[in-house]
Parts: sequence; structure tokens; C-alpha cells
Amino acid sequence: MTSIKQKTTDIELSASARRRFLKGLGAVGAAAAMSSLSLVELNAEPAVARWGLLIDTDKCATGCDACVRGCNEEHGIEDTGKPDTDAKWIRKIDLKDKLSGKVSSLPMMCQHCDSAPCVDVCPTGASFKRDDGVVLVNKHTCIGCRYCVMACPYKARSFIHEDLFNQKTIAPRGKGTVESCTLCVHRIDAGGDQQTACADACTNEGYNAILFGNLNDPDSQIATRLREQGGMELRSDLELKTGVRYRNL
Amino acid sequence: MSEPAHTIFDYHRYATFAPRHWGYYSLLALCVVVIIFAAYCAYTVEHAGHHITGMNNHVVWGLPHVFAISLIVAASGALNGASMSSLFNNKAYKPYARISIALAMSLLIGGLLVLVLDLGRPDRLIVAMTHYNFRSIFAWNIFLYTGFLFIGIVYLWMLMERKMNRHIKKAGALAFVWRIVLTSGTGSIFGFLVGRNALDTAIIAPLFIALSLAMGTAALTLAFIALTHWQQRQLDATLARSLEKLIFWFLLAVLYFSIVHHLTNLYASEHHGIERHILGGQHALMFWFGHILLGIALPALLIFFKPIRSTIRRLLLVSVLCIVGGAALVYVVVIGSQSSPQRIFPGHEVLSSGFGDDGFSAYSASVWEWGLGLGGVAVALLLALIVLRVLPFSPEVDVDDGEKV
Repeated sequence: MTSIKQKTTDIELSASARRRFLKGLGAVGAAAAMSSLSLVELNAEPAVARWGLLIDTDKCATGCDACVRGCNEEHGIEDTGKPDTDAKWIRKIDLKDKLSGKVSSLPMMCQHCDSAPCVDVCPTGASFKRDDGVVLVNKHTCIGCRYCVMACPYKARSFIHEDLFNQKTIAPRGKGTVESCTLCVHRIDAGGDQQTACADACTNEGYNAILFGNLNDPDSQIATRLREQGGMELRSDLELKTGVRYRNL
Repeated sequence: MSEPAHTIFDYHRYATFAPRHWGYYSLLALCVVVIIFAAYCAYTVEHAGHHITGMNNHVVWGLPHVFAISLIVAASGALNGASMSSLFNNKAYKPYARISIALAMSLLIGGLLVLVLDLGRPDRLIVAMTHYNFRSIFAWNIFLYTGFLFIGIVYLWMLMERKMNRHIKKAGALAFVWRIVLTSGTGSIFGFLVGRNALDTAIIAPLFIALSLAMGTAALTLAFIALTHWQQRQLDATLARSLEKLIFWFLLAVLYFSIVHHLTNLYASEHHGIERHILGGQHALMFWFGHILLGIALPALLIFFKPIRSTIRRLLLVSVLCIVGGAALVYVVVIGSQSSPQRIFPGHEVLSSGFGDDGFSAYSASVWEWGLGLGGVAVALLLALIVLRVLPFSPEVDVDDGEKV
């Protein structure tokens, strides 16, 4: 008899413990749900920017190098008459599709990869990617090993081979270090609705082939156009998730 | 009664190297002259900038890197003498284990010096030693190289301190594993470059291991020949035969990896351009004449058919050819991979480009690069010559009494 009573008490205690446990679990669940809601609310704010370019090769004119001149002027890059050693932040390339024979022209610059090989290989971490996707070189820690130049799939980096003159304060550079397109980071950091120097130059020539903007902002012109018209990344097989996209190539 | 647990090292007496030949002092003087010239070259390049060299923004790694990589892989292979002794218990190598380690360390220092002096900012070496990006194989290599030097010192300690002799095998095993990893790391500097068609392959690492064994053994052989000659002695016949056999098999290993590398590339149409460039274009002479003929075929045939009766003369020629051919292969890997256009637009033909995407880039080394590269070789030799002169690394003449060649 005693043992049956004991058993009943044990079951009740056990049931009560289970209820307490479930209540506790419910409370934790509710708290978690509340926090998730708060997180959702927080995330409802626009995500961090991912700056990029969309280049329409159908609008880019063969023989025009306004973007190159615009970039050089903006950043104080001078032509020393030595094309093999001069810095090239941006260059023009004319292509022919081997199958269709279609000829295209496009500007080529640092593609600001999300998984940038130059950032991976840099021994000192001087090559780095900002949270907003801009790939830069820290001029104070670049030792000039040129491994990033070797690693870049787009041949977009330049090693500075000789003394520099007439530098611009917005783009400090240095002999013996490596540099590449900064996506006009000084303009980005200044805020406002500015385009890059190359995009401005292209617009001024009337071609409008280069569009700069925030890829993460669904309402931005670049994101809208990419969504509606598409845009490919060069060497997409490498899966580098580039910030620069091309159309009609 | 069992034999006492001691090694053959207990029976050897070592002394500082006592040259009895003008050749030693001549080489010493030559090294000093070359180093002075190399220092001038390094200063000039750093002061004026790299535009005075043959390197440019197409070919950013040039002849100094060929010298540096050759020296580094040879360093790893030069440890063969010590490994053969401690790890594989080959008695012919035992008296020369210390020399093998000293040479390996000297070659590595020479190679690293070239790399450092060719940096755009060599004054920032301290940055390279204090800022590490562990996703970079380059950063890992800094540890592999310094670790190699540290292990070399510990290994020498085990060999030289009688009480520590029981740890020789362990130190030898660690050094063996470390140098294989080191050469893999050096090869991987190239193997991980996904954007370069010629280099995006893991086979470069084992190719460099085989190359290091061949070039290092050849360097060690030259050192043995020179040291015995300068002491007016003769090289031990067993050692000479063993060195010859080792070089032969290592050369075949290099050939094997080289064939696999290029055959697999030829199988993939995306690599046809670079293969045409290397096997039949700008680098064909360096590949076929330098790497295959001088570096593999000729030394292998010399060893196999022995047309030169004198073992020393044959070994001398084989070793020189092996080193020259090895450097030619490094040249093809380093320069060949950069001088061909990068494949940025698959399915398209580049009609024109503002930066040479439409053709092959020429590279011609300047006197500054030759000076810097040869300076690395001179530093390695000078270090080895001085270390052998001041430290008891050479076996005394009377203990080395085997058959002579």
C-alpha cells in the first residue's frame, strides 16, 4: 500500500517537474522569439553597403578612353612614357567573341572581389577588403613583394617602379608598393550621391556605360538594373563574387 | 655481450676545415667581390626603383626570384647528406652530416637575402616579421624558413654534443619532414595562383620537392668535391657512387613530374595557349635545351653510360648540369607563367588592350638582377666557407680512410 502511495507521489512530482520544465522552456522560447523579432527589426535597417560597378559593353565605345583619363586625373597617375611599368588602375580592352564575331569594348579595373585572391595571398595583410566590399592596399604595411600582382586574375594591380611626383592628397601612393583601383573610396567616404571618376568621365562623354552604386540597396539604380537586365562577372568560374559586373558581353 | 648504444659519430674526429689549396682563398675573394657588387645593385634598385630592372607590371617576379627559389629548393635538398646519414643510416655520409647541414643553412640564407633585397620596400622587413596573414602561403613560408634554420642549429647540436647523440635520429626525422613541407610550401606559392593558367596546379609542389632533392644533392656533391680537392684528398668512392645514384633517381623524378605536369595541361584545351608558349614559343629553348637536355638528359646519360672515366670529373659535370638545368626549370615556371597573357575572357579574342592583354610579354634580365641573384649565391658560398673554416664540421683526414676515387 505504502509502495503504491509512494509511486503515485513520485508520478505527481515527476509530472509537476515536467510542467515546470515545459513552462521554463516556453519562457525561454518566448524570449528567444522576442529577441529574433528584435533582430529582424534591427536587420530591417539597410544592410551594410556593397559598392560596385555595372558596365554596359554595348554603350562603351571603341577607341574612347575617357574613363582611363578621368581616373588618372582624379588620382594623379601620370604617364611617364613607360607603358610596361606605369601604374594602370583602369585600362580599355577591345574583344571579339570567337563564336559570333561580335566586337565589344570595355574598361577593366580591380573587380573588388568578395573572395579576393590578392587579399588571401598578401603575407602582411596589407591587401584588405573593407566591410563595404572595397578592396584596398594599406600603404604602410605593403612590403612590395608583388605576390598580389601574381595572384590577381584580372591583371588589375600595379607595382610602383619609380619615384612619384605631383601626388594628390586623396590618393596617397608610394614607390615600391602595389596599388589598384580604389573605387574612388575618397568619394564614397565623403558621402553623398557621387559616382566614381571613371563613371563621371563616361557620362560626360555621353556614353553612360559605367554605373556606380550600392549593390546591397535594392532601390539603388545599379541593383535595379542588375535585377532587371542582369550582369555577368568576369571569370565567374573562379567564384570570386566580384563587385564589378558587365552587361552584353 | 651487446654492442654499446653509440653511433658511428663517436668514432669520428672533426676539425675546422684547413685548406691546402689556393682555390679556397680564390673562391672566398670572388664571393666578397660579387657580394660588394650585389650590394651596389640592391642599393641602386632600391634607390632608383624597379624600373631600371627587366621586371615590369607584366613580369613582376624576375631573375632574382629564379635565383632565390633555386637557392631555397637547393637548400632543402642539400640536407640529403645529413638525412642519408642520420635517417637512412648510410655510413658513407656520416662524416659529412655537419657539412650537409651547414651548406643547407647557408643556401637558404642566400636565397632569402635575394628575396628580401628584391622587395619594393626591404626596409619594411620588420613589418613582414610582425604582421601575418595566415591565409597566405607566403606568411607560412616565413615560419617554414626560419624554422628550417632553427632545426638546423638543433640538429648540429645533436650531432656535435656527445651527450645528445642519442637524439640524432629524432632531429634527423624532424629536419627531413620539415624540409619536405618547406619545399611543398615553396612550390605552393605558385600552385595556389588560380588566376594564372600555367600555375593553377598542385603538381608544382611535388615537382619542387623532386627538384630540390636533385639540385641540393648536386650542390652537396660540388661542395664535397671542392673540399676534398682543397685538402689535397680524394673523395670516398662509396660516397661518390651513392651521390651519383641519388642524382640519377632524383633527375628521373623531376622528369616524371615535369612530364605529368605538361601532359595533363595538354589534355585540357584551356591550357593549350600556355603550353604552346612554353613548349614551342618564347620559352621553348629554356625548356627543351635548359631543362630537358642540359638538366635531365645529359646528366642522366653521363651517369648511365659513364663516357667520362674519372668519377670526380663525371660527378662534377653532372652536378653543374643538374643545377643549371634545375634553374632553367625554375625560370620556365616563374617567368613563363607571367609572360603569357592571362585568360580573363574565355571565348573571346583580345583585339587590343591598354595593358598587354593581347600578347606575350618579353622579359630580359638587367645587370642589376644578375648582380642581386649572383650575390645570393655568393653569400651562401661565403657563409659555408667561413663556417667550415671556423667550426669543427670537417672529418679529420685520418678517419676518412675508405676507398678513393
